[in-house]
Amino acid sequence: MDLFQLQRRLVDYRASLYHEDFLDEQFSQLQDLQDENNPDFVVEVVTLFFEDSERLLNELAKALEQPIIDFKRVDAHVHQFKGSSSSIGAQRVQKACIAFRNYCEEQNVEGCLKCLQQLRHEYSLVKTKLESMFQLEQQILSAGGSIPM
Amino acid sequence: MACNCIEPQGPPDDLLMKYQYISDFFIALAYFSIPLELIYFVKKSAVFPYRWVLVQFGAFIVLCGATHLINLWTFTPHTRTVASVMTTAKVLTALVSCVTALMLVHIIPDLLSVKTRELFLKNKAAELDREMGLIRTQEETGRHVRMLTHEIRSTLDRHTILRTTLVELGRTLSLEECALWMPTRTGLELQLSYTLRQQNPVVYTVPIHHPVINQVFSTNHAINISPNCPVARLRPAGKYLPGEVVAVRVPLLHLSNFHINDWPELSTKRYALMVLMLPSDSARQWHIHELELVEAVADQVAVALSHAAILEESMRARNLLMEQNVALDLARREAETAIHARNDFLAVMNHEMRTPMHAIIALSSLLQETELTPEQRLMVETILKSSNLLATLINDVLDLSRLEDGSLQLDLGTFNLYAVFKEVLKLIKPIASVKKLHVSLSLAPDLPEYAIGDEKRLMQTILNVVGNAVKFSKEGSIAITAFVAKPETLRDSRAPEFLPVPSDNHFYLRVQVKDSGCGVSPQDIPNLFTKFAQNQSTATRNSGGSGLGLAICKRFVSLMEGHIWIESEGLGKGCTAIFIVKLGIPERMNEYKLPCMLKMPINHGHTAFPGLKVLVMDENGVSRTVTKELLMHLGCDVTTVGSSDECLRSVSHKHKVVFMDICVPGTDSHRITDRIHEKFAKCNERPLIVALTGNTDKLTKENCMRIGMDGLILKPVSLDKMRSVLSDLLEHRVLFEGI
Repeated sequence: MDLFQLQRRLVDYRASLYHEDFLDEQFSQLQDLQDENNPDFVVEVVTLFFEDSERLLNELAKALEQPIIDFKRVDAHVHQFKGSSSSIGAQRVQKACIAFRNYCEEQNVEGCLKCLQQLRHEYSLVKTKLESMFQLEQQILSAGGSIPM
Repeated sequence: MACNCIEPQGPPDDLLMKYQYISDFFIALAYFSIPLELIYFVKKSAVFPYRWVLVQFGAFIVLCGATHLINLWTFTPHTRTVASVMTTAKVLTALVSCVTALMLVHIIPDLLSVKTRELFLKNKAAELDREMGLIRTQEETGRHVRMLTHEIRSTLDRHTILRTTLVELGRTLSLEECALWMPTRTGLELQLSYTLRQQNPVVYTVPIHHPVINQVFSTNHAINISPNCPVARLRPAGKYLPGEVVAVRVPLLHLSNFHINDWPELSTKRYALMVLMLPSDSARQWHIHELELVEAVADQVAVALSHAAILEESMRARNLLMEQNVALDLARREAETAIHARNDFLAVMNHEMRTPMHAIIALSSLLQETELTPEQRLMVETILKSSNLLATLINDVLDLSRLEDGSLQLDLGTFNLYAVFKEVLKLIKPIASVKKLHVSLSLAPDLPEYAIGDEKRLMQTILNVVGNAVKFSKEGSIAITAFVAKPETLRDSRAPEFLPVPSDNHFYLRVQVKDSGCGVSPQDIPNLFTKFAQNQSTATRNSGGSGLGLAICKRFVSLMEGHIWIESEGLGKGCTAIFIVKLGIPERMNEYKLPCMLKMPINHGHTAFPGLKVLVMDENGVSRTVTKELLMHLGCDVTTVGSSDECLRSVSHKHKVVFMDICVPGTDSHRITDRIHEKFAKCNERPLIVALTGNTDKLTKENCMRIGMDGLILKPVSLDKMRSVLSDLLEHRVLFEGI
């Protein structure tokens, strides 16, 4: 595939991500921040996000496995997750977090477990998408082109 | 022809015959002349209704005359012709006489009735004559009354009226004496006031409750009274029989009888008594028409007197008003002159006083900068302090005088209310902490952030009030609260003349400063706002100040259409100063912000804030990184920390802004804020504390404001937003985004 096609594909892919609400404009803000001084900013932040999310998801799973669930702690984790996802612009994940928090307030165990599932699901989706996008970008860069904005 | 008549027919006697002859002749003459006379007189008179009768009568008489005339020829033997003529005449005469006799039966009653009518008409004429006489008299009386009234009414002077009345009455009715008795001030006696003949009446009074007098007063008719009555004994008893005396009441109407809404009350009428005496020994009597005249005059006099009284009253009132007017005008001019003089004086003194003060202060501060021995330094410091005090005093006095004559006007503008309070707090904190007083500020959540008013003077007022609280408290705490005053609470029983009018464009700010100081005793409270009056207790003697502070505050507060007062339970129990001022509500936040944004250059450059040292505290790694990048992009020197303890350790005076992500609402951020405030309480360079949060509810914003943060930014933050926010923040030192 030539450069131009790659770039086209990247643009379309990004558009689809926005269209499908995987990402929102916060992500484009992040992209704006990336410049020659900090060329890998977006990748760094996203990687950070992945690490944080893995950790949080584990914590959540552990917390919800307890016989007596500490909802405050669960809420705190979800709150963190929400914060991170909104900083990235992972809209779907953020929405899932909001729903999760509601169940936490109600102290609904069933609901929380369901939400955790949902959260996991959304997170893996967005992770996959973002990784594909980064791969595309790498391809373009290695082909000698520049990443279109 | 001898006949068997009783008397034989003798031969005609010549004498008898001659007499008969003559008589017949005269009869005929008379008979012929009567109709002639009748005709003559009837012709003379214009009216005679019975012509036909006259003709008949004439005919009868003529024929009778003819008969008698013809009789003359029958004395001698006569021919047959004469006999037939005679017979014809006789027959005719008989005819006419019978007819006449018949006619007369009708005519004579008529003629008689004519006589009756004539009599009747004569009587009628006599009666009419009498009536005419009466009318004439009445008319004459009326004329007299009119003339009298004219005389009386031609003057408005009371005395002239009364005098004229008596004179004219006396003249019209040819009276011997006419007198007027007026009631005294007490109303219990009648005093002889005016007489006709006696020029200098002796002061002579009669008690008012005499039966005769009561009788006269009870009716409006003129009444005959006995000449022996005390009011009638005006003349020394002469040898002649005194003439008849008549008395009539004269109503006296006073202004007080005329109330605005009612007619004069009849029960409280006062009367004067007019006594009229006919000449003695004249045998004249009072006629009805004369009495009526007197009554009419009495009424007119009453009216004339009341008019005179009213006029007198209005003249007096007018004179009084004119005098007052003149006096007021003079006073006004004097006041104006005084104000001009004072303004001139102040203007001159303003300049004259400030110039040397300025020189003293400037040179003393310059002197301070040079090399001085410790004693010299102390002296210079004292000089500076004293001259500063004096400068403040001069300013205060000039301000107050400008306030007093109303030439001071507020500089209205939109300003940040929260910033004003913070500024005051900042200024007062050093002094308060030296005295170990704790100052707390609490702003109500519904207090608008921006308001329209005179920022400088409001700050001056708050500062003054808070300053007083600090000044008069030796220990304890000072609590400042500010909130929007509700209309129900606006009416304070202590301030009955303060009537606030709430409206859509304005709100009433109520500020309470409560201290735990020495308090004020209740009797001193009214004097607190009086100029130069200061509580002379020894504790406050040394605190300086001219006592003008509160007076000026009061003026400012009044200019802002508000009210200020102090409550205290007594000495040693602290006091609370409360004031309410009216501030405007600015239109919309965006409109206010817009000009600021436009002012800012659209700077896409990277280094909008070169080298600005900031601290970012965020427990979430991802958002911490993002925020750091944002700020670095804007050229800031960013330090990041991941926990509150780290934050407190790292924060220094070099950091201009501290961005705090308040992910856990409540306590932590409060603690950190307080610590930061404490840490930098002493120096002026405290970094601004800004909260970053995704919470869009008002409560979060209110909380942030209350705990002493300087700003709040909503996440997610774009680059442009961060740039504009930072520039706003650094310019205004406060930024609470509109939610």
